[in-house]
Amino acid sequence: MEAASIPAGPPASQRIKQLIGTYGLTAVLLLLPVIFAINDLSEQGNLVRLGENLVAGLSNGAIWALVAIGYTLVYGIVELINFAHGEIFMIGSFISASLIGTLGLTVDSSFIPVFFGLLVALVVAMIGSGTLNVLIERVAYRPLRNAPKLAPLITAVGMSFILQNVGLLWKGGNQQGVPDLLDAQKTLVTVFGVTIEHADLLSIVVTVPLLIVMTTFINRSRLGKAMRATAQDPEAARLQGINVDTTISLTFLLGGMLAGAAGLIYAMYQTTIWFFQGFTGGLIAFTAAVMGGIGNLRGAVLGGLIIGCIQQMSDNRLGSEWTPAIVFSYLVLIMVFKPSGLLGEQTRDAG
Amino acid sequence: MDAGDRVQLPGLDHGVQAVGPSRRADEGRRMSVAASEVQTPPDPTGKKSGFQLPGWAEKGLIPGVVLAIAALLPFIPSIGDKANLMQQMAVALAYVVMALGLNIIVGFAGLLDLGYVAFFAFGAFAVGWFASGHFAYVNDEKGIHFLVSGNTLNLPGIHFNFLIVLVIAIVLTTIAGMIIGLPTLRLRGDYIAIVTLAFGEIIGRLAVNLDETTILGGTPVTAGRQGISPVDRIDLPFFEPFTVLDKKPWYWFALFLVVIVLFVNFRLRDSRMGRAWVALREDEIAAVAMGVPAVKTKLMAYASGAAFGGISGAFLASLLNTVNADQFQFSFSILVLAMVILGGLGSIWGVVIGAIVLSIINNYLIPDVINGVPGDLGLEFDMTQITFAIYGFLLLLMMILRPQGLLPERRHKMELTEHAETTDETLYTARA
Repeated sequence: MEAASIPAGPPASQRIKQLIGTYGLTAVLLLLPVIFAINDLSEQGNLVRLGENLVAGLSNGAIWALVAIGYTLVYGIVELINFAHGEIFMIGSFISASLIGTLGLTVDSSFIPVFFGLLVALVVAMIGSGTLNVLIERVAYRPLRNAPKLAPLITAVGMSFILQNVGLLWKGGNQQGVPDLLDAQKTLVTVFGVTIEHADLLSIVVTVPLLIVMTTFINRSRLGKAMRATAQDPEAARLQGINVDTTISLTFLLGGMLAGAAGLIYAMYQTTIWFFQGFTGGLIAFTAAVMGGIGNLRGAVLGGLIIGCIQQMSDNRLGSEWTPAIVFSYLVLIMVFKPSGLLGEQTRDAG
Repeated sequence: MDAGDRVQLPGLDHGVQAVGPSRRADEGRRMSVAASEVQTPPDPTGKKSGFQLPGWAEKGLIPGVVLAIAALLPFIPSIGDKANLMQQMAVALAYVVMALGLNIIVGFAGLLDLGYVAFFAFGAFAVGWFASGHFAYVNDEKGIHFLVSGNTLNLPGIHFNFLIVLVIAIVLTTIAGMIIGLPTLRLRGDYIAIVTLAFGEIIGRLAVNLDETTILGGTPVTAGRQGISPVDRIDLPFFEPFTVLDKKPWYWFALFLVVIVLFVNFRLRDSRMGRAWVALREDEIAAVAMGVPAVKTKLMAYASGAAFGGISGAFLASLLNTVNADQFQFSFSILVLAMVILGGLGSIWGVVIGAIVLSIINNYLIPDVINGVPGDLGLEFDMTQITFAIYGFLLLLMMILRPQGLLPERRHKMELTEHAETTDETLYTARA
């Protein structure tokens, strides 16, 4: 009886909505890159310019991918948009820049000290940022674990302000230069006319292994299994003997460590650091996380790379002062067309 | 409206229950029972039987007295003579208007808005565009003047009377509110916060970057970081034009705005729309099932909240005599949000107190009192640098110690105090 009264297919309006949901995001995502790509091709008449944009965009995007994973992990496990995450990234930059200064590395340093210096800076920045993130979780988010979602979100914003001001006191209000250890002017290799610089290499050399280790850890290890279980259902996980508190701390530690690594790459890539870089950077990375589907690791990486390319093209075409506005417009458009992102599943909040 | 409705003044009963039409009859009966209780209060001691104020007078007594004191404050010589103090009080009142606007969006409707500064910006730009010499080339550099007097008549640019600018500001921000509201319709919680934040940032960037885009004979759209300055001062009919030196009229005008906005706020809260907002805040699915139109209700929340932001933006721009892109930053949104949260989400009087307290902290306590502390300790350190760290710390403490705010809304279960426990979670805490 009831089955008979259900219409055969969804009504037209529903179908249009579905179509928009399926293809809308793709169209939106591709619109700007396609315009820029056509522009690149028509102006230069060859692929070199497009290729250079892509290389710069991808190595830039690798930074955002690392930060975006922090957002995605934390959101996946405690359903909190960790507003302070961008500031963790900034602190990571500051730690590595200070360490490079302390180690006495300059533009003239030779390869061996630069290599080991960067390695030390990477490790220290990762440990520092990770620990800081864990501490923040202890102080600011854990007391509010059972509170409604608005409360931790607001403490996260408060925390981000505190960290921003820590950065302000640490390095002052102006942009600070970081010695250009990699000498970005010097081309590493030229492929079909497309130059790849040392900084691009650094971003790949750091990001790719980290991502592989990360994915393996989450998919293979016991602790990773516990993380996935907690993300699925904290109560059930606890009933299965998983220590939810430790797992959440671990998640914050991992996210913070990746943000610290991203901070080092950013400092080397841009050769300037700024106390406000975490705010804009954090929002860009968050956009990447949302674009890929928040809570989804691969989505975060994919989103980071796409956002990096968009950012690069916008920098070139419209000027860097317009880039944040473009990225935020993307954020809004994604929210309108497909809040669950490219690879994510529909969540309760994402309508 | 029966007698019960009229006696039930704001704040007594405007709950979720009254939304559905099917419950109205029952509600009316319940309310008139409550009303009869109010009219003939139980009198166990017999002390109060001699004199009993009517309900509305009792309700209005404290606000009335406070208002009278506030209005007479500039007549006290030691206070009224200090232009700086008057200025800061006027700023504080403008913050009150703004916080009340945000309270509609966040407190009543439960839509967390992190980009409220966008509305403030539109209000300020209404002044910058329609009451200043910004568009100097308009009308062959002779300018357009409408209902203005005095020296302003000779200036180039567009000069409208401030009251008209207020209307323009309201219209502009209402439209902006609707536009910002549209993408959030499908979303909830954190996602709304992010979309509004993105909008606020976009508007802020536009304000900074549009100083190179020119319209109307070569004038840039905004003046960027440099700012549009000076702007026209408030010029009311039957009053002397306001001056920069004498801040008393500004203060009274701000007070007047606050009173109007307060009145509108109370009426909105108790209206059908206000109850629909609360219903959506408490449980969207249930509210929609009961016939609350979600789209219209959410858009109305953004629109009316935005309108107040616009009013406040226009007033502050005129008071501070500049429209500057640096004002429209994320931190400003958070400052206003902190006022709402400090006072108590959804509580109108709480928000008023929150706004005043925070603007005292902002304009007096940090620069004048705390700023001297490091110097006394022999440190060279400027406390005003870390104002926002102090706010951040305040937000943190507030959320952990007293999430419901200083003066929490009495009647409703609130977003921040609600127990997020379901049966499952009770089980989980019990076993843990």
